[in-house]
Amino acid sequence: MSDHEYTPKSKLGKWFNDRLPILTLGNHLTEYPTPKNLNYWWTFGGILTFCLITQIITGIILAMHYVAHADLAFGSVEHIMRDVNYGWLIRYVHANGASMFFLAVYIHIFRSLYYGSYKSPREVIWIIGMIIYFLMMATAFMGYVLPWGQMSFWGATVITNLFSAIPFFGEAITNWLWGGYAVDNPTLTRFFSLHYLLPFLILGLVVLHIWALHVPGNNNPIGIDIKKPSNDTVPFHPYIVIKDLFALLIFLIIFAFFVFFSPNILGHADNYIEANPMVTPAHIVPEWYLLPFYAILRSVPDKLLGVIAMFAAIFVLVILPWLDTSKVRSAVFRPIYKQFYWFLVADVLILGYMGAMPAEGTYLLIARVATAYYFIHFLFILPFLGKREKTLDIPMNITDPVLGGSAKPSMTREQKQKL
Amino acid sequence: MADENKSKRRDFIFTASYALGAVGVGATVWPLIDQMNPDASVKALASTEVDISSIDRGQSITVLWRGKPVFIRRRTEEEIAKAKEVNLKELKHPEKDEDRAKNPEWLVMLGVCTHLGCVPLGDKGEYGGWFCPCHGSHYDTSGRIRKGPAPTNMEIPKYEFVNSNTIKIG
Repeated sequence: MSDHEYTPKSKLGKWFNDRLPILTLGNHLTEYPTPKNLNYWWTFGGILTFCLITQIITGIILAMHYVAHADLAFGSVEHIMRDVNYGWLIRYVHANGASMFFLAVYIHIFRSLYYGSYKSPREVIWIIGMIIYFLMMATAFMGYVLPWGQMSFWGATVITNLFSAIPFFGEAITNWLWGGYAVDNPTLTRFFSLHYLLPFLILGLVVLHIWALHVPGNNNPIGIDIKKPSNDTVPFHPYIVIKDLFALLIFLIIFAFFVFFSPNILGHADNYIEANPMVTPAHIVPEWYLLPFYAILRSVPDKLLGVIAMFAAIFVLVILPWLDTSKVRSAVFRPIYKQFYWFLVADVLILGYMGAMPAEGTYLLIARVATAYYFIHFLFILPFLGKREKTLDIPMNITDPVLGGSAKPSMTREQKQKL
Repeated sequence: MADENKSKRRDFIFTASYALGAVGVGATVWPLIDQMNPDASVKALASTEVDISSIDRGQSITVLWRGKPVFIRRRTEEEIAKAKEVNLKELKHPEKDEDRAKNPEWLVMLGVCTHLGCVPLGDKGEYGGWFCPCHGSHYDTSGRIRKGPAPTNMEIPKYEFVNSNTIKIG
């Protein structure tokens, strides 16, 4: 951090700042030196903050009208849609907001994978981010249960039954989660309570995520350490603020398209049928953002191993900073990693598609291959590649290769030298 | 300070305090965890009586018991024969049909797939019994798992015939 001593101009400001240095913090955030080559993939942090705030505000409003009871929940959601002033708008923003949130978080995560933002010294930022991602999935899952439609009920049944795979304690744990012998009213009320709580935990973790980010500062598209402040950096305000706001505007156009023109396209028609514990819908599918993990779960024929594989798929991301042995961060200078990166993107998209299809025949076969490749990428390709790949020369700084003609040998350092 | 490495009376006091503290924290936290377990009103619904007089052979009904569907099927001779002739060695979870249906005409079992809890569909699947649409488990006419990801047979709840027309489940 590059904080020079900051003194507020006004006397009152100085008096207050001496007692609670919040103005110093504000000054740090405005002056915060940011690499000047950040591209639009770096705007998703701001977009995600916006998504979280939107979900919290719309959620608090929905909770004013929603009734968390198995007999009343479904009706109260219809009441919000039909009777409450602008209830339809607030609910559609909240429901599609969850999808937009995940869309942004996936872009944010894959940006980190491409530019190596998870590598030293940013491992803790990455791990906090993965905890946020995990809590987001838990929050979204519990939120999806609240309307108490058929998909809500059976999604809750299938996911909570994952815990029944645990040896010896499985049944006791599921009964404890349900507060009964099946998903029922006690399950709904506790999901509502936790669905309200978790976003605030996420908010707290977001503060830690940004705090941890401000210690080493942002990574950048060429993945090198830069001097801060220097002619390689610009202050966060106004440069990054304006760029983030412009990106947010584009993002909001897409968001608004879903809310106003196809608010139900990302949902399932079955969820407009009230929950019925006697009948399972013909085809249960989780929300799109959970599909890759669902495909991994289903591609393992054993119940317990399937559950372990699904959680391992998330855990392998947590330990990624230690699986990727390459010292070079950005894929720009890693010609072979760059190709494997796009294989991984394709692999995850394929898994997502297979998760939406019935688990049989060719679909199941492809899902199994894609599941195997997912783990091979992280557990074998990345550790091996980091040691063997011949990386390109890395520039010494951001400015010189651009303004001083081509990247002269004096401005670059050999990868070997760095190791 | 010659006996620095020897445990002292003070160490005993520390250990005893931590141990007592841990017991105290445990006793305080337990009610906060146990409140999530099935409560008295849920447990009170532990049994239900069902009138089965109107079920013909080959028909089945589904009733709700403890929030879960229970299949009550009056099996045909053919179905019973099919369930009995199975070689137990072929089964993933070997159970005799006699042990699952005390009165072979009546099969009473939880209509819950042992994989992830969906309700299987009747008169479907490759073994003429049930088929779970969620992840493709096939059950035979005795409700035993034959193919697919489910680990065990569908569960038989505790039940008894109160009289020839009534079954008490639970």
